[in-house]
Amino acid sequence: MKSNWWKIVSVALLVYTIIGGLLFEVPRLNIVNETIRALYFHVPMWFGMVVLFLTSCIYAIKFLRNPHFKNDVYSVEFANVGLVFGILGIVTGMIWANYTWGSPWHGDPKQNGAAIALLVYLAYFILRGSVNNEEQRARLSAVYNIFAFVAMIPLIFIIPRMTSSMHPGNGGNPGFNMYDLDSKMRMVFYPAVIGWILLGVWITSLRIRMKLLEEKINNLEDEKSK
Amino acid sequence: MYSLLVKEFKIELRRKSVVAGLLLHLLSMVFISYLAFALKQNLLSPVVWGALFWITVLFTAINTVAKSFIGEKRGQDIYYYSIASPIDILMSKIIYNSILCLILALTGYFFFTLFLSDPVQDKLIFISTLTLTAIGFASSLTLLSGIASKANNSNILMAVLSFPVVISILLMAIKITRNCLDGLDPGVSYNPMLLLLAINCLVTAISYLLFPFIWKS
Repeated sequence: MKSNWWKIVSVALLVYTIIGGLLFEVPRLNIVNETIRALYFHVPMWFGMVVLFLTSCIYAIKFLRNPHFKNDVYSVEFANVGLVFGILGIVTGMIWANYTWGSPWHGDPKQNGAAIALLVYLAYFILRGSVNNEEQRARLSAVYNIFAFVAMIPLIFIIPRMTSSMHPGNGGNPGFNMYDLDSKMRMVFYPAVIGWILLGVWITSLRIRMKLLEEKINNLEDEKSK
Repeated sequence: MYSLLVKEFKIELRRKSVVAGLLLHLLSMVFISYLAFALKQNLLSPVVWGALFWITVLFTAINTVAKSFIGEKRGQDIYYYSIASPIDILMSKIIYNSILCLILALTGYFFFTLFLSDPVQDKLIFISTLTLTAIGFASSLTLLSGIASKANNSNILMAVLSFPVVISILLMAIKITRNCLDGLDPGVSYNPMLLLLAINCLVTAISYLLFPFIWKS
């Protein structure tokens, strides 16, 4: 991941998303109207969040198999940026809901599920904050990370599909399906998803490098003071 | 493993005050909800009844399971570590906790019928949901209690960590309860019950895989 081409791709895709997302023609649908453009910014946030949390979970498993400081840092930082994506997703969703549903928080099953998913990761950071021993902290939080991720699967992938919801794509509402997401929107939507995910990975990789360098500096200072 | 299970029960019988404390905790929670609705019995619609009931059961379950690792003395775990495998310890604790949770949930149900009312129409489905939920709570909370016992402020942490994890179990349970309260056809409840069972299996399997790692530290 040291090479630069994917960062350029990310920036190019996002510029394309912003220009295309705001200017291209979109289908007119009842109620949703122009707010359908939120699809390019709101939905990719959730894609990004799930990808980042999944990566965080994979690094947690890696850490348990091979307890190395690096794996822990990776896991934490992916969870960190995933949380930011989740918050952005929920905020963009609330702005959108304010215009279409009439109020930012509507008690929709999907909103509740998303809020709980964020609570899981907030709890994860509280857990990290309350263990002093570094090695133990890494191990306990890795265990909780995996456990929480698995417990989250029914919550955000199964239950919302079983209950009726006002969210687009549910119960006959217009949204993400064959006939109204026409091919023009796909032209912007898929690049948007890839662009946002790449941006998330980029931010994470910067944070990881920062953390590892900090650790290096600390170690050097420790040696000096000896 | 069998002897560990027996040991859990023996310790519990020896510390009668803990079980008595839990029962009293349950009783006082039911009593508070009774007092809150004492004059307005007609306000207590089945939906409110279901909500009160599950909140009571949830908090009792968290308190019950939390003590399984947090309550243990320092040094005791090192002794167990030397004589038994982590899997056996986890399994004995999960089985023991699910039995205890089930007993407490049934007692809670009894208290609710005693003080408030008993709007449940389909008893069989309701009791089996209680059983499934008790097992689910026990298996997910046991692992979390193990995590929380290693940290500093264990009691707060326990509540914070467990809430998001048990919520999917709780949501399904509330859904089935609502079906039971409305007296719907039992066929409607089979699907959510199956899902509840699936969540239980998932959570138990994950605890089984992960527990050795927290036990090591």
